[in-house]
Amino acid sequence: MRQHTVVDLSHLATFGSGPRSPTWWGTLGFIALEGTGFALAAGAYLYLAYIAPGWPLSAPPPNHWPGTIVTILLLASVVPNHMLNGYAKKYEMLPVRIGLLVMCAFGIAPLVVRWFEFPALNIYWDTNAYGSMLWVLLGLHTTHLLTDVGDTIVLTVLMFTRHGYAGRRFGDVEDNVFYWDFVVLAWLPLYVLIYWMPRF
Amino acid sequence: MSSVDLAPEHHGIRDTELDEISLHRRLAETWRTRPGLIGFLSSVDHKVIAKRYLITAFVFLCLAGLAAVVMRIQLSGPERGLIGPDLYNQIFTMHGATMMFLFAVPMVQAVGLYLVPLMVGTRNIAFPRLAAFSYWIYLSGGLFLWVSFALNTGPDVGWFAYVPLSGPEFSPGKRADTWAQMITYTEVSSLAVAVATIVTVFKQRAPGMSLDRIPLFVWAMLVTSFVVIFAMPAVMIASTFLILDRLVGTHIFNPAEGGDALLFQHLFWFFGHPEVYIIFLPATGMVSAIIPTFARRPVFGYLALVLSLIAVGILSFGLWVHHMFATGLPKLGASFFTASSMLIAIPNGIQIFCWLGTLWEGGRPRLNTPLLFVFGFFFTFVAGGLTGVMLASVPLDLQVHDTYFVVAHFHYVLIGGSVFPLLGATYYWFPKLTGRMMSERLGRWHFWLALIGFNAAFFPMHIVGLWGMPRRVYTYPVELGWGGINLFISAGAVVFFLSFVLFVINLVWSATKGDVAGENPWDAGTLEWATSSPPPSYNFARIPVVTHQEPLWAEREVLPVAGGLRVDAREVLISTIAEAKPDIREKSARPSIWPLFAALTVGATFLYSIFTPWAVVWGALPITISLVGWFWPKGAPEDEE
Repeated sequence: MRQHTVVDLSHLATFGSGPRSPTWWGTLGFIALEGTGFALAAGAYLYLAYIAPGWPLSAPPPNHWPGTIVTILLLASVVPNHMLNGYAKKYEMLPVRIGLLVMCAFGIAPLVVRWFEFPALNIYWDTNAYGSMLWVLLGLHTTHLLTDVGDTIVLTVLMFTRHGYAGRRFGDVEDNVFYWDFVVLAWLPLYVLIYWMPRF
Repeated sequence: MSSVDLAPEHHGIRDTELDEISLHRRLAETWRTRPGLIGFLSSVDHKVIAKRYLITAFVFLCLAGLAAVVMRIQLSGPERGLIGPDLYNQIFTMHGATMMFLFAVPMVQAVGLYLVPLMVGTRNIAFPRLAAFSYWIYLSGGLFLWVSFALNTGPDVGWFAYVPLSGPEFSPGKRADTWAQMITYTEVSSLAVAVATIVTVFKQRAPGMSLDRIPLFVWAMLVTSFVVIFAMPAVMIASTFLILDRLVGTHIFNPAEGGDALLFQHLFWFFGHPEVYIIFLPATGMVSAIIPTFARRPVFGYLALVLSLIAVGILSFGLWVHHMFATGLPKLGASFFTASSMLIAIPNGIQIFCWLGTLWEGGRPRLNTPLLFVFGFFFTFVAGGLTGVMLASVPLDLQVHDTYFVVAHFHYVLIGGSVFPLLGATYYWFPKLTGRMMSERLGRWHFWLALIGFNAAFFPMHIVGLWGMPRRVYTYPVELGWGGINLFISAGAVVFFLSFVLFVINLVWSATKGDVAGENPWDAGTLEWATSSPPPSYNFARIPVVTHQEPLWAEREVLPVAGGLRVDAREVLISTIAEAKPDIREKSARPSIWPLFAALTVGATFLYSIFTPWAVVWGALPITISLVGWFWPKGAPEDEE
């Protein structure tokens, strides 16, 4: 079939950020499916709590302080995370590099405290179903945290190389900010379920 | 620093600067899959990956089909001794698990992987390396299951592996772990394809392909991908909990320690019912693509069909408990799920009426093999749908629960609803994949043999089910009088199997000796027919501009196209979601061996983890290395702008 050019694409930008970019939508897709996984795990916890005669099952409630410190750290990290987003939008290399280093620190710090969270649950995973669910929920979020911190560290190193000087890398930084928000947000209901539900 | 300090934008070589011959030569050079073994393993071309998926899924179909034939021979008469109960348990589990996880879902997703980019007028799937990764993970999962079976470690707990049977107490050994970890492989791969499909449909549509001009098959794949994203995590959670109970001693499904066995069923069927629609919705998309072509008119009720697809996708999440009517749930809850199970018949019915309307309005349809299979689909699926409405009623369901009536029902729905359209789709799109037509003569023989064989095999199962024959029994005593009907069923199964033999002969013969197809042998209206058969690696030399639901019928002489993309780097057009206005010249990833390495490291970790939980720790470093290798820019023009 003969062809006739009716649209000129040559003037279009070669990258875009936020909902203009396919990567943003891909990130959203993974957030949706991981969020579903968290919601179902939380649902399983509530289901078992609902059918149990009492909650927690034969164990003292967890010590909430390590979890509370993690929550405070994660909530605090939202501020530098969004400052980083602003710098990435403006392609400001030095603040972006500093912001990424700060976010690496804000990622590693809750992981260090997380180490103390597991013993503070006051029960093992193989004691009963209540203990199993606490470990599962905390384990799920720890895996989540670990993978995103790993991702942030690799991106930070990348932005310190010559590859950082490309528009799409700043888009990657914005997507990393977006995903970190999800890591923080996903934690809040888990924090309530793990530490406060056994108290009420 | 501001945007002006970034790496300068490369002007590159644009398609507008080249004559036709140079354009094709340049694009072929940029988009090709490199020759040699490394090139083969590194391919990120959606068509290459999709063909691998199609062939692999077809091999698994044959294996699972052979498993069915073996079961039918065993059941062809009372007290036959071909296979004993232990092997029989493994074989029916392998049959179900392979059909659902290794054939049906990967097969329909692979058809989408091949066709969606072509139908929306783009050059590759979004995230092509993710698509490549998904194939390798899927292949590993399939090999893992079947090698385990060969080593007498095949799962023997049924395709849905209920606890407590599959739990640590009643299934020692590794068989149930094989089931659980096979789930992880296949669901990871399926989720990856779903995300890539959604982003392709949202962001890579040709200019002018607004929401109301998206081909119905693409709509079907879009809705299916959403169902995958919200359903598959449930089975991953269920299988992960099962592995944890078995491997590290958690008690999630152990009632003695505060766990609950029914929780497994809830989690499984929250996935398992949408799963049926994950298989069925793409098939309806295929039907919606075939019917207008052979009825010679645009589809009747486009909007109603799109809304029905979306409604079915949403409602599919509200039905799961109807698989659990026999578990003693509260009556009020059961009534709710009865109502929702009947409700889903409405959008499905609307679809059927729209298709009939299209055929009615279009004058005399061309009765080629693809349309014959669509008729076979109507007949068979409606019959399966009717027994579905019957089973939605709790008293009837309780009577026939776990009998052959249910086996008959779901084979009518799954084979009628998905395999018949898939066979029709094979005849319809085979010319696009290979450049040659399939034999019509063999096709007609195939159709009639399949229709007769299928009904002969599965219709009597309704009757023997009502007589009380339970599913999953390896034999039955002669006194029950089920021998004659079972012999008839087995004969039907052999006829059905032979129809597939004929199909394979047709595929092989036509691939080499079939008539040359040309670009658009059916004179169809959607964009996959606007390029050569088989399509070149870059799909379209210039991106088509869409002005109608059936663009090739609206523009019969001259195809309007868009120009200005680079040809010396892999560039695709990103457009806006609703109106598909051109927005960005985005880069598409080059071939890479790293997705294979990533699949190997992830797959090895999954495999090792059925032996020790420390696998996750040991696997972390190799997985990290392979992912960094995957994402780290290599200095290609695609990486730098």
